[in-house]
Amino acid sequence: MSAATQAARMAPPWRLPLIVLALGLAAWLLLPEQLGLLTRIAVTALFVLSLDLVVGIAGLATLGQAALFGVGAYAAGIFALRLNPDPLMGLAVGTGAGAMLALASGAFLLRYHGFTFLMLTVAVAQIVASLAQKARDWTGGDDGLTGFSMGPLLGRFSFDLEGQTAALYALAVLALGLYIARRVVDSPFGLAVRGIHENRARMAALGTPVIPRLLAMYTLAGALAGTAGALSAQTNAIVGLDSLSFALSAEALVMLVLGGAGRLHGALIGAVVFTLLHHTAASINPYHWLFIIGVALMGVVLMPPQKAWDWLRTRLGAKA
Amino acid sequence: MQLLANVLIDGLAYGMVLFIIAVGLSVTLGLMRFVNLAHGAFAMIGGYAAALLTREAQWSFWVAVPAALALTAAIGALLEALVLRHLYRRSELEQVLFTIGLAFFLIALTNALAGPQVQLIVLPPLLAQPVDLGFRTLPAQRLLVIGAGLLVAAAAAWTVTRTRFGVWLRAAVDHPDTAATLGIPIRTVQCASFAAGAGLAGLGGVLGAELMPLEPYYALKYLVLVLVVVAVGGMGSLPGSLLAAVVLGTVETASKYLASEWGNLFFFLAMAVLLAWRPNGLLKR
Repeated sequence: MSAATQAARMAPPWRLPLIVLALGLAAWLLLPEQLGLLTRIAVTALFVLSLDLVVGIAGLATLGQAALFGVGAYAAGIFALRLNPDPLMGLAVGTGAGAMLALASGAFLLRYHGFTFLMLTVAVAQIVASLAQKARDWTGGDDGLTGFSMGPLLGRFSFDLEGQTAALYALAVLALGLYIARRVVDSPFGLAVRGIHENRARMAALGTPVIPRLLAMYTLAGALAGTAGALSAQTNAIVGLDSLSFALSAEALVMLVLGGAGRLHGALIGAVVFTLLHHTAASINPYHWLFIIGVALMGVVLMPPQKAWDWLRTRLGAKA
Repeated sequence: MQLLANVLIDGLAYGMVLFIIAVGLSVTLGLMRFVNLAHGAFAMIGGYAAALLTREAQWSFWVAVPAALALTAAIGALLEALVLRHLYRRSELEQVLFTIGLAFFLIALTNALAGPQVQLIVLPPLLAQPVDLGFRTLPAQRLLVIGAGLLVAAAAAWTVTRTRFGVWLRAAVDHPDTAATLGIPIRTVQCASFAAGAGLAGLGGVLGAELMPLEPYYALKYLVLVLVVVAVGGMGSLPGSLLAAVVLGTVETASKYLASEWGNLFFFLAMAVLLAWRPNGLLKR
């Protein structure tokens, strides 16, 4: 496929981030009481986006994405507490931590397929969580990591109590992450990874180095997850062990599938819908929330909006 | 020496509980190719039924447990016949979504019906008393768990390899269409296997109630452990599951005795090492 036809077929990479930014800004202006929720949605969306790169694009079913998120969060929190409260440097540290863990664990994990891979991702995430619980001096263990405060953003905008700066900061990082993800997915490298998803053997026969390509994508997803984790640590000023939990990985996967895996805006839609539902239902009673999400999940499978699912299935290849 | 014996016996008992719960999952996941993440909920239903029957209805333990198993198996059969069988041919992702939704639903339902507190099963005096084995004494309940585990392993192996039903099951799994043409009642076989797996999970929930406390989040909390056992043992391999359950159960128990501050670390390390060494299951090369 020549570059010209490919460019004509695809939307420009800045369009989706701009739409997100515009919607986010509108929400920021119109709903000043809900800035905390807006921040949480942006962080969650970035995290689900990173998961989409692994599950939707590379076709690797994982339940260990929270490890990458949590490591980024802890790295950013510890960096702010012990070294430097500058948010952007902390964000870079969190991103690096997520990428490093993804690179290290991916080199081991990617040698396996299917169910074995899935269970190994669970193992890696649980091992990281156990280590974080054990290293109380660094992570605060069960009590969580607290006591760090962020310096002003760019040396000028301090984080206020209402969370105005935090919300804008999270939105901007989300838009940037979305732009990068879009560029990567539509690049020749992204096409190669999607090819591996659809037919691993054929891509290998074509001369694509399968494992290095997947590892690169996994590392990039780790970096994005680490960014999301750092963002969460900085805007909440606390990191708990739940940021490494199996439940977080599972929830992110549910969000991704509800929104539609394999297309980046699906991750955004899933994160927004899920977080809003969670916010409303869980504020009444946490078990109500389980009730609603359980029925919703079963309903989506039993009575699928057929067209959307057909489309999704062709997008995901024959085997999801 | 005393400590080693404690670890080995408690580890064996824990492993047996994991194995009893894992049998059904191994069969559905490995043989029927159906990803059932609601399997932990069956163990929870069995445990809750036994707890409520012994405590609220004052039934004898020996009557309440079979009743609880029958109830769990019936619920499993009903679910299979009404809903789950329509999902056999769907993608794995849809199966995962549906069954995890079902697990969420059952957790919420359990909480609504029985409340969030931990449920205790009233043990009969026979099981509550210690038994002297000569070299040490241990609760009779441990012996029952180990015995039940061995019995389930033997019965399952015998059913799958030696009985007509086992032949049907394997035929129905390998070539459903051919099996149906040969007159094998595929629907009955599938439904009965699923119900048996659910009933066994219920038994595991009852027997393991001391090690894995019965509360609404039970369905998801211990699901990962059971999935790990199935993965390490190899999907559909019952001897593999038994071996994996005993090894991992011993590792988990030993780490609880000796290094409890490390949490689940050693369990998952052992799992990662075993899976990396034999990705298709302990007993498969």
